[in-house]
Amino acid sequence: MKVLVTAKRVVDYNVSIRVLADNSGVDLNNVKMSVNPFDEIGIEEAVRLKEAGIATEVVVASVGTSACQEQIRTALALGADRGILVETDEDMQPLAIAKVLKAVIDKEAPQIIITGKQAIDGDNGQTGQMLAALAGLPQATFASKVEVEGDSATVTREIDGGLETITVKLPAIITTDLRLNEPRYASLPNIMKAKKKPIDVMTPADLGVDVAPRVKTLKVTPPAARQAGIKVESVEELVDKLKNEAKVIS
Amino acid sequence: MSILVVADHDNNSIKASTLVAVAAAQAMGGDIEVLVAGAGCGAAGQAAAGIAGVSKVLVADNAAYEHRLAENLGALVAELGANYSHIVSSTSTSGKNFMPRVAALLDVAQISDISGVVSEDTFERPIYAGNAIATVQSTDAIKVITVRGTAFDPVAAEGGSAAVEAVDVVKDSGLSTWVKDEIVKLDRPELTAASVIISGGRGMQNGENFAMLESVADKLGAAVGASRAAVDAGYAPNDMQVGQTGKIVAPDLYIAVGISGAIQHLAGMKDSKVIVAINKDEDAPIFQVADYGLVADLFKAVPELDALLG
Ligand SMILES: Cc1cc2nc3c(=O)[nH]c(=O)nc-3n(C[C@H](O)[C@H](O)[C@H](O)COP(=O)(O)OP(=O)(O)OC[C@H]3O[C@@H](n4cnc5c(N)ncnc54)[C@H](O)[C@@H]3O)c2cc1C
Ligand SMILES: Nc1ncnc2c1ncn2[C@@H]1O[C@H](COP(=O)(O)O)[C@@H](O)[C@H]1O
Repeated sequence: MKVLVTAKRVVDYNVSIRVLADNSGVDLNNVKMSVNPFDEIGIEEAVRLKEAGIATEVVVASVGTSACQEQIRTALALGADRGILVETDEDMQPLAIAKVLKAVIDKEAPQIIITGKQAIDGDNGQTGQMLAALAGLPQATFASKVEVEGDSATVTREIDGGLETITVKLPAIITTDLRLNEPRYASLPNIMKAKKKPIDVMTPADLGVDVAPRVKTLKVTPPAARQAGIKVESVEELVDKLKNEAKVIS
Repeated sequence: MSILVVADHDNNSIKASTLVAVAAAQAMGGDIEVLVAGAGCGAAGQAAAGIAGVSKVLVADNAAYEHRLAENLGALVAELGANYSHIVSSTSTSGKNFMPRVAALLDVAQISDISGVVSEDTFERPIYAGNAIATVQSTDAIKVITVRGTAFDPVAAEGGSAAVEAVDVVKDSGLSTWVKDEIVKLDRPELTAASVIISGGRGMQNGENFAMLESVADKLGAAVGASRAAVDAGYAPNDMQVGQTGKIVAPDLYIAVGISGAIQHLAGMKDSKVIVAINKDEDAPIFQVADYGLVADLFKAVPELDALLG
């Protein structure tokens, strides 16, 4: 079966971002960009499905500027077979991305589609579920374990309170949570090999998708800063401060 | 303007996150109705009718909604919600699961995890792990919104007297089936409800050592949390993870023990009123947000703290 996995280009999780002085957004100049960490987990899961003989092909899709080629190459180096870039310079919001991805799965007909649970830039957590709804498919979000058997998948999900297990009919959308797996690193030979793997480039217009944004960002501001605190010398002093200064324990 | 709030509940009672969602809805203005969808959820419906400021409660009581499967709940809410100006739920794992489906089915954007209401169509929400706050305006006719649990003061659970109406829309996709739940049994308050939280990180070294935190927690009536590293290492269950991609908390007192203070962890707790950090590394970034920092070996400091609390 074919597995489609998505990879968003985002600011690397180690970067501490800076809000632009004119409050128009965050400063993305000369900032390290990476594959969204939840998508690395998705790529790893897809590659493992292939290694287990369940998947026959792993296709990676990214939506965004031509720079997203980099993230697609990363996925190819990690074991995906080919890439699809839906190239656009528009401000792409989750609903538009889901529509683009819906058009991609209409063309590709994968049995399993894996997205991240959340992109760590916008922290939206929407795209996979929206894609599932648009495609009329079931979803298994926040997956920490996936078992594929025949035409269904049994997925353990991380929920408030603990874990839930559900079974979804394939084709289905799975969104990854942190504990699903530990992504591998790409080896040098695989990075070289990835350069020869094909990437198909198309535009939202080629796919017949309207990607007009629905939400306007009016401004972006830094969060309220916390007042600097103090160091205490001992546990006694700590307890005294909590009781008598902060008054948060009695 | 009329707002549909989709309740988080356990069939018998309404969860506190719903009271926060109603508070956010009040800030948007307009008539507020609450949907309780579940199986055998009559009692939760009655409880919802008592929430202050709610004018009507819709109860969709059907086996199809028993486990809040996103396909069924999403279709129900999209159908009922088409008549409202706003559809609101909490940023619980349930809200996060079905609400984007609702938005997509209605062909509108979702505004996730709002932390403020500026006007009926303009909202504030944290982005980049809370390192920036975006003010966003929706241009859609229906606004689909999830609400951050720590961002609004909950409305009173009592004092209202809304009419209760049964809804007999049944959406059963047959595409997914529930198999089982493994819910962590808690003898302490839930993380998102606790006024004091003590969390452990990788510095705890193993799961057994969390007993030290539990002992302190019991003396303070606190909940116990964990960093991602502690959860990944199996010291604590996933439900205890505090952070950008775990639970967002803002208690009166947050005590971070053996946690370095990565931005992803800070994202989940930096709105706490008072933050205490116990860490042996004086350069740990957690000290930059701590009101009271103690540079010490936790294996010495935590038992001392426990003893001092009596
Ligand atoms: C996509 C993504 C999402 C993430 N989401 C989250 C999230 O939601 N929540 C979260 O917490 N993290 C999250 N992380 C992980 C985050 O980046 C950090 O890796 C994690 O928070 C580190 O956990 P820690 O502080 O326990 O471990 P470490 O960073 O290893 O810190 C351990 C600390 O313990 C101290 N220590 C060790 N021994 C002792 C001792 N004996 N006494 C006192 N102090 C001691 C050390 O000095 C150190 O500061 C996420 C990461 C990614 C990429
Ligand atoms: N531009 C994009 N290109 C490819 N995948 C995306 C894109 N945006 C979002 N996704 C996928 O959807 C997931 C959730 O993103 P979001 O809804 O933005 O939090 C991400 O982890 C990706 O897997």
